[in-house]
Amino acid sequence: MGAGRALVVRSQCSWAIGWVRPVPETAPLDWAWGVVLYWLALAAAALAGRRQAARITRWILPLGALGGLLMAGIGATALMLPPSAFVLPMGLPDLPFHLRLDALSGFFLLLLGVASFGVTLHATGYFRALAAVPLAELALWYHLFLAGMALVLLADDAYAFMVAWEVMALASYFLVTSDHAVPEIRRAGFLYLLIAHVGAVALLLCFGVLHGGESGHARSYAFDAMRLAETTPAWASVAFLLALFGFGAKAGLVPLHVWLPEAHPAAPSPVSALMSGVMLKTAIYGLLRVTFDLLGVTLAWWGVLALALGLASALYGVIFAAVQSDMKRLLAWSSIENIGLIVAGFGLTLIFHVDGKPMLAALTLTALLYHALNHALFKGLLFIGTGSVLHATGERRMGRLGGLIRTMPWTAWLTLIGALAIAGLPPLNGFVSEWLLLQAFLLTPGLDRPYLNMVIPVAAAVVVLAAALAAYVMVKFYGVVFLGRPRDAALQQAHDAGWPERLGMLWLAAGCVLLGLFPSFVVEGLAPVTRQLIGLALVNDGNPLLLAPIAAERASYAPLLFLGVVVTVTVAVFFGVRRLFHGRVRRAAPWDCGYPEQDACMQDSAEGFGQPIRHIFSAFMRVERHTPDPFDRHPEYRGDSRDRLWLLLYRPVGEAVAWLSERTGRLQHGRIQWYLIYSFATLIVLLVFVTG
Amino acid sequence: MTAGILLQLAQTLLALLLAPLLVGWVNQCRAWMLGRSAPPLLQPYHTLRKLLHKDVVLAHDATSLFRFAPHIVFACMALAAGIVPTLANDLPFSPAADVIALVGLLALARVFLALAAMDVGTAFGSLGARREMLIAFLAEPALLMVFFTASLISQSTELPHIVERLAHQEFALYPSMAFAAVAFWMLSTAENARIPVDNPTTHLELTMIHEAMILEYSGRHLALIEWAVALKLFTYSALGIALFLPWGIAPRGDWAALPLALLVLVAKLMLGGAALALLETLSAKMRLFRAPEFLGTAFLLAVLGMLVHFLLEV
Repeated sequence: MGAGRALVVRSQCSWAIGWVRPVPETAPLDWAWGVVLYWLALAAAALAGRRQAARITRWILPLGALGGLLMAGIGATALMLPPSAFVLPMGLPDLPFHLRLDALSGFFLLLLGVASFGVTLHATGYFRALAAVPLAELALWYHLFLAGMALVLLADDAYAFMVAWEVMALASYFLVTSDHAVPEIRRAGFLYLLIAHVGAVALLLCFGVLHGGESGHARSYAFDAMRLAETTPAWASVAFLLALFGFGAKAGLVPLHVWLPEAHPAAPSPVSALMSGVMLKTAIYGLLRVTFDLLGVTLAWWGVLALALGLASALYGVIFAAVQSDMKRLLAWSSIENIGLIVAGFGLTLIFHVDGKPMLAALTLTALLYHALNHALFKGLLFIGTGSVLHATGERRMGRLGGLIRTMPWTAWLTLIGALAIAGLPPLNGFVSEWLLLQAFLLTPGLDRPYLNMVIPVAAAVVVLAAALAAYVMVKFYGVVFLGRPRDAALQQAHDAGWPERLGMLWLAAGCVLLGLFPSFVVEGLAPVTRQLIGLALVNDGNPLLLAPIAAERASYAPLLFLGVVVTVTVAVFFGVRRLFHGRVRRAAPWDCGYPEQDACMQDSAEGFGQPIRHIFSAFMRVERHTPDPFDRHPEYRGDSRDRLWLLLYRPVGEAVAWLSERTGRLQHGRIQWYLIYSFATLIVLLVFVTG
Repeated sequence: MTAGILLQLAQTLLALLLAPLLVGWVNQCRAWMLGRSAPPLLQPYHTLRKLLHKDVVLAHDATSLFRFAPHIVFACMALAAGIVPTLANDLPFSPAADVIALVGLLALARVFLALAAMDVGTAFGSLGARREMLIAFLAEPALLMVFFTASLISQSTELPHIVERLAHQEFALYPSMAFAAVAFWMLSTAENARIPVDNPTTHLELTMIHEAMILEYSGRHLALIEWAVALKLFTYSALGIALFLPWGIAPRGDWAALPLALLVLVAKLMLGGAALALLETLSAKMRLFRAPEFLGTAFLLAVLGMLVHFLLEV
């Protein structure tokens, strides 16, 4: 039987390869597989050379960055070429590893490559201070992590996918816990591992459902067979819900988000950047792959569910981001917000797709892919920016930082670009994807669904609220960390980031600017992906400098003209005022209403800046305060805003597990007689069951 | 095309020049209503000239972000004023930014001002920045809901097309726009730092919002900010006119209608300014934490407007 199965699989594969139209001599898939092997080889080399730290920072990490650049090129090429596939001579006897590179995988490989190039460049500088052995371990897991993510994107059967998924999860677990001497980090790592595996189990079940199609096709775990299998709507819904759960756990969708604000701050900054920028996107990739590629049917209520969950995550994430006082934790919560926006776009795409509006589905799909790419860039940039700050000051709490724009100008100005981009401000990239998403919300009245078409435009208010709050969060983040006066005397000595770190940040910042200024090229580049998933691509109605997704008279946005006018007026005013009047400047002590004794502690702290949000959204969080006694000589104020969902959802589950294991523990007495009785009873029951 | 660009430049220049006059007019009306002797109508111009002549006094550790922010804020407001149709409907800049991008543009200016306020590191600066961002995130969704209602009617987010639809096609009464207009009024008072949310003439630092942010500015920087504030008030007034009272704006290519359009615009601005002054004298400034309720009401009104549009007008 085994041989028969294998034969069927082979024949399907040859069918799959035969379906591919003329493939160039060396298909991008070969190259992509080559880069994966290259990263694996670098991981092995890091392990082999674990005695020389200099070799790792000087050779292995820069070479790994080069792999990222190569991967970006491969992804971009794959966007333009027809899909290619091959089967590796490894894996299970029945099920060899299938690899496939199509437009969807190509886009996400591009994202992986672009983000990892910048982040790894930064890492070469960031990890320089580490001792040799931990550095070697880090480089090993780092490259395994990169290879795992790339394989997730390339896998074309459930087995290869799960193996790659687990490699990615475990490598990132070891990266998160690389500082494992700290108990909090071990705890964060455990939580991450736990939720990652609960999610992985759901994915396994999802593939199980997808595999069990009732049609006459041979059952197989290869994705090609799943594409052909016919599933009833009920089973398809089960598969979709499992996929949403499994991928949602990885993406940090509320209420499965709890690991994210713990694990991201625990990891070294370049790793946080990769996890937040790229790893969360693999979950989005999986969601798109399963829903639009593997499942034959789509139902509208899935879209409504995804939209609701996405909007809830966006709002929840940004509210909690606003009350954080640890800068990396703040960015982690902001990732939850951005994933929420992406999933909301996914939900809208489903709704439009089912409703037979492919043009609008193409619009939302473009918006969500665009936002995924944007988020990889600006969140990567912000995380490595905080990495440089952490490196220079050794401090993650925003309440101890401040005024770093004077001592670390490179880091500060480049981070400013990321902060403005993530706040959704024109003419940077974050604005374009939010603009596209809002345009899509405005088009929902065209749906043939009563009530839904009325409620959804109102739901757009949530997107706007999240975007406006993101601006609040970023003013807080940037203002408290980089502006103002240093809250600690030691900050005066903070050194700026070194050249590799600057280059990494420059690369990502340039991406934020370019993606913002040339949106029509990006939209055109995304066309093959939307064409693959929903059969239609967004056509830009206008010249290349004008983004007009539906029709030029309906909506348009020209970032270059926008930037041109703002820059021209700024420069004209700057020189005009100097010419017509004067450019004299005097320096004096700050005015501050004539109050004489000011010090750095009188600026807003991170907690102070978050106070209005705590006040307005108090229903979402439980605030634990420690206020000092008025006569306390060394007063310390502490306020902690706890996630209510943790208390409502997770603590009862944890307590139930503890209770259950205690009950089960009563069965175990350590006496051999009792265990024999258990075995005997089990046997009797089984016999009764079998004979009956 | 060249005619369009000329018209665009003329309209932007008109906004730049008229904006301080509008502020002077509002101040004058307010003084009359309060029974005070009014400042001259041209007082804002005198203030701007005085400030431009004065030296800039910078705090010792102010960075270049602090020095550049007023210029950027001014440029953003100039572009915003250029996008909104005031005289004619034929604007070459307008494809650059639709209403959503206009909201983004205003947000960009606000974020720069807030960051600059935090730059020097004074207590009042960061207080003002925090409060300004608080008002902004409450007002922005409601503002977009108002725009959404208008764009659902006109099937476009481009301001010239909205005006075209509302002013130059067959006349129709939109009940939804009535709700939107009330919401828009509430929002514009909040966004322009007017009573009841903020008080532009306050001298009490602890109640300041906008003024607290710009306490450290002086000389030409302050002049640019004051001018930008006037431009913002002008832009919001022009937006209100374009959305709710668009009649009189010259249609595309109709040059003969321009003088009349100018007259109508001035009349509308005078009426609007007087109404703003009247409402300001009738109300008192509210506590900061009442502002969420105020803006929440505005948001609900805007949403109601949208629902009314779905129920009655589709």
